[in-house]
Amino acid sequence: MFDKYMICEDGFENVIEGGQVVGFAFLARLPYYRGIGFSMIEDVAVTVDGEAVPRDAVRVTKNGRSWTLDEMETEYTERWNFGEKVRIVIVKEGGLAPGLHKLALAERIRVSYLPFVPTTRDGKELEIVA
Amino acid sequence: MSGFDIKQGVSLYSYQEEYFLGQKSLEDLIAVSAEMGACGIEVISEQTFADYPNPLPASTYDAWHALMAKYGTTPVCHDFMLDYKKYKDRPMPFEEQVASCKIDIDHAARLGCAYARSLVSVAPEVLVACADHAESRNVRILVEVHAPLHFDHPWIIRHAEAFEKSGSDYLGFLPDMGMFLFRFPRVWKEKFLRDGVPQPIADYIEQAYEDRVLSEYVMLEVEKMGGTGPAMAMAATLRHNAAFEPKRMLDFMGRIWNIHGKFYEMTDDGIEYSIPYDEIFRVLKKGGYKGYVCSEYEGNRWIQDAFPVDSIEQVRRQQEMFRKLIAEPALAQPTLV
Repeated sequence: MFDKYMICEDGFENVIEGGQVVGFAFLARLPYYRGIGFSMIEDVAVTVDGEAVPRDAVRVTKNGRSWTLDEMETEYTERWNFGEKVRIVIVKEGGLAPGLHKLALAERIRVSYLPFVPTTRDGKELEIVA
Repeated sequence: MSGFDIKQGVSLYSYQEEYFLGQKSLEDLIAVSAEMGACGIEVISEQTFADYPNPLPASTYDAWHALMAKYGTTPVCHDFMLDYKKYKDRPMPFEEQVASCKIDIDHAARLGCAYARSLVSVAPEVLVACADHAESRNVRILVEVHAPLHFDHPWIIRHAEAFEKSGSDYLGFLPDMGMFLFRFPRVWKEKFLRDGVPQPIADYIEQAYEDRVLSEYVMLEVEKMGGTGPAMAMAATLRHNAAFEPKRMLDFMGRIWNIHGKFYEMTDDGIEYSIPYDEIFRVLKKGGYKGYVCSEYEGNRWIQDAFPVDSIEQVRRQQEMFRKLIAEPALAQPTLV
């Protein structure tokens, strides 16, 4: 559910720190009918232009804080709320070139009552504005 | 027939599409529910209140009660989840599960809900351990009986036995009407066709459901027909759904205190395409049911890939059907199209 809303149309941009482009970012939502604690988010897998982003390059950011996917697994208080647009930052020196890019996202969440661990996917072509 | 008192309510779950996208506020949803006569409000707090089950500010509860007063609605049920898989490397200890449920019971009480819904996967011992606390807050814990489980399933019978043994009047059941799925929903079939299921396979699965063929046989047949990915997923829906009998609720009526009016599609003719609400209401009246039937629209996920979703119109149609079924029992029963 909500598959096509996972990658948001807004917020796709390079991330600049100290005058350097250190990566890129986009806004994402969970494909689920409620919010869920960070520790139950097993994967936020990102592919850009067909190339898989390494797991350790993914940061989930919220309220001025940032977590790696491994750190999220033991974060027992913070939640990714229902419909909430969370900023995903990908650490990548130089970021992405201006223009269109194919972004793919696969989120895997551990839902207590489900007899499986669902992975849900979305893909969109978005533009990095020069 | 003992007297019945069936009241109309809605779970805000029904409006998840509009709430997810920020198109409607909580107040919008309460207002529209009241206007259509769904005056009992059920809520999945982890959907409606950001950061719950972390502590919420008092202002959240104040605003909730102000909305209830403003629109003349009644809080009915808080649906809780109990994330016992919170820890990836270990199960949640029993005492922590109990403590977690008590947070939900307290929250339900603060919302003014008489009921707190527990998911069917929660162990009966956990709920029994919460019974005294629930009684102290005057909140009844209801385990949701949801397909593929049903009232004759040993897991549900275990719950019933544990509830009886506890002697508590604060443990009961909340049946989800989706377990009485008499036809294969056409919104499901159409979605699977869009996902690439070949027409002959989709037709076969629909007919096999109509013929009540055991799901395992259907899956084997679809495999033989060359079904892959989406075709196998469509066949697998038969493992998770079935046309159980509404009358099976009668043996449990003494502990059924709230009901989920699950639905996938209210047609232009004002009936649910796949769930026999006429028969369901006959059974509820026969059993002297006193409580709410809360609309629970779940069609959005089956159409949102291709069509605009109008949850409010769908709930409005179901509420209209409820009103007729409550008020006019002698009326000719709507037939399935």
